[in-house]
Amino acid sequence: MKRRRKPLTWDKISFFAVFLGLPLAIYLLFVIWPFVQAFGYSLTDWSGFSPTQNFIGLQNYTKIFTDDIFMKAMGNNVLLVICLPIITIILSLILASLVTVGGSSKGQIKGLRNSSFYRVVSFFPYTIPAIAIGIMWGQIYDPSGGLLNGLLRGAGLNQFKDFAWLGDKNTAMVATMFVIVWGFVGFYMVLFVAGIKGIPAELFEAARIDGAGRFRTAVSITIPLIRDNIQTAYIYMGILALDAFVYMAALNSGGGPDNSTLVMSQQLFFTAFSKGQFGLASAMGVVLALATLIFSGLVFVVNRLTGGDKDVSL
Amino acid sequence: MSTKVSAPQMKSLHFQPRTPAATTSDRLVGAVSHTALTIWTVIVILPLLWTFMSSFKTSNEIFASPFSLPGEWRFDNYTRAWSEAGIGSAFLNSIVVVAAALVIVMVLGAMCAYVLARYTFPGSRAIYYLMLAGLTFPIFLAMVPLFFVLKNMGLLNTLPGLILVYVGFALPFTVFFLFSFFKSLPHEITEAAALDGAGEWRTFFQVMLPMAKPGLASVAIFNFLGLWNQFLIPVSINAAGPRVLSQELAAFAGQMGYAVDYGALFAAVSVTVIPVLIVYVIFQRQLQGSVSQGTSK
Repeated sequence: MKRRRKPLTWDKISFFAVFLGLPLAIYLLFVIWPFVQAFGYSLTDWSGFSPTQNFIGLQNYTKIFTDDIFMKAMGNNVLLVICLPIITIILSLILASLVTVGGSSKGQIKGLRNSSFYRVVSFFPYTIPAIAIGIMWGQIYDPSGGLLNGLLRGAGLNQFKDFAWLGDKNTAMVATMFVIVWGFVGFYMVLFVAGIKGIPAELFEAARIDGAGRFRTAVSITIPLIRDNIQTAYIYMGILALDAFVYMAALNSGGGPDNSTLVMSQQLFFTAFSKGQFGLASAMGVVLALATLIFSGLVFVVNRLTGGDKDVSL
Repeated sequence: MSTKVSAPQMKSLHFQPRTPAATTSDRLVGAVSHTALTIWTVIVILPLLWTFMSSFKTSNEIFASPFSLPGEWRFDNYTRAWSEAGIGSAFLNSIVVVAAALVIVMVLGAMCAYVLARYTFPGSRAIYYLMLAGLTFPIFLAMVPLFFVLKNMGLLNTLPGLILVYVGFALPFTVFFLFSFFKSLPHEITEAAALDGAGEWRTFFQVMLPMAKPGLASVAIFNFLGLWNQFLIPVSINAAGPRVLSQELAAFAGQMGYAVDYGALFAAVSVTVIPVLIVYVIFQRQLQGSVSQGTSK
């Protein structure tokens, strides 16, 4: 604001007040202030509707970490964080590589012909509301009228007749993960295709002249050069895995058989809006936020540590 | 005689095919690639087609065989979903909320990003990082206090409250994306505008904003998808208010245990999915372009 030798005019003052003040006011009131408050609430026994709230220190946190159900939910989140990013990224990297370097090995480096069709269609799930994805797959997994068991029966696998994919504790989590992967592979495929196309063609040509095959090129050239994209994808998918509320709520709103698909966010939502224990729920939120921060930090550190030298391997 | 000889020579010298014939291994790789991509495409599209097809069937038909085509193309599933299940009014609520929030967040976000990118003043970095923090924190943490912020303002369970919260949570992404965009616009133009006597307001609205159109369009598309698909915010702070589409859909699916109307459920899902798919197919170049911004080909 302090530009030297320029007087403050009404034009300038009103400009800053509106351009900076208005967005900031909304942002501070509806985003930052609630975040800050959540930390405060997490130290109280507030039930939301009682006028009094007592400061109880870290009692909510000890309660959370001794609560078997919440720990089970946290374990499920950890499972999601480990599996979801890796599966999604590997699958979308493979598809992106096929699209971009699947063309002829002679002449210019070319992508696969007619590949834009695949890209457009793969992106479909990303545009669909997550709740609609969840409900749709809930029907697909339906034991008797669902598409999946219909297909399996059609293929002659009669042992899957009336098998409840979401109702069996051994398959509920895997089935749920598949739905989330289904929803995001297309998006990351497009992201990686963009990254790969941003690599100068000379690098691929040089590698080819040096006798590198397709697989070698993908591992030694493509992946190291788009590692920033991969890191971004890893963090986004991890944050999603730590939340995962919509998918879980749509596929198994009660937490699934034996709580096998229960996640922290569901437990938080239930504690806050059904039980009215807002202090405890805020503490869960803080735990969730810390988990997110730790996860992002870990990915950064790992990328830094492995990115120091040029011999990058996935 | 001589012409006969020279013609093929010419051909071999100047008309050599620039792309050599594909080798066997190339064809194999091509075939494998197409197969793999086709399999994934089928995995993506089959559930959508099945849902769409089932939306015309009766519950009995759905349970008799998941694959059979509907006996007749009946639209009463859609009528029931639209009016009785309330998908229609929720659809309109969604349009109102998302349109209003989108316009407000684009204007405010562009203004904020412009000021942060173009002016240096004490605290500008701090504000920028504050915006970044909002991108990384899980929305969940804010829901409980937000509930009471809105309650105290009398905005709980109202559409204006929902719009304001949407604006707040879409703001960091908008600012973050447009910040780099405004930063890349040449400074000469602002100077030229200032020399021509345009004030700060005019420079922004008549010079900078039109120049930022491509960036604005990409952000608007992503914001549209994000807000249209938003689920957690409405179920937390608008649980008893006029429902938006994602909420109504979840409520409808939640009742399914009692009243089995699968046809209408499929119709409701189709009504939710088809508009966004149409928007996507229309804008897909733009959208894929913005994911791949800065890359050629």
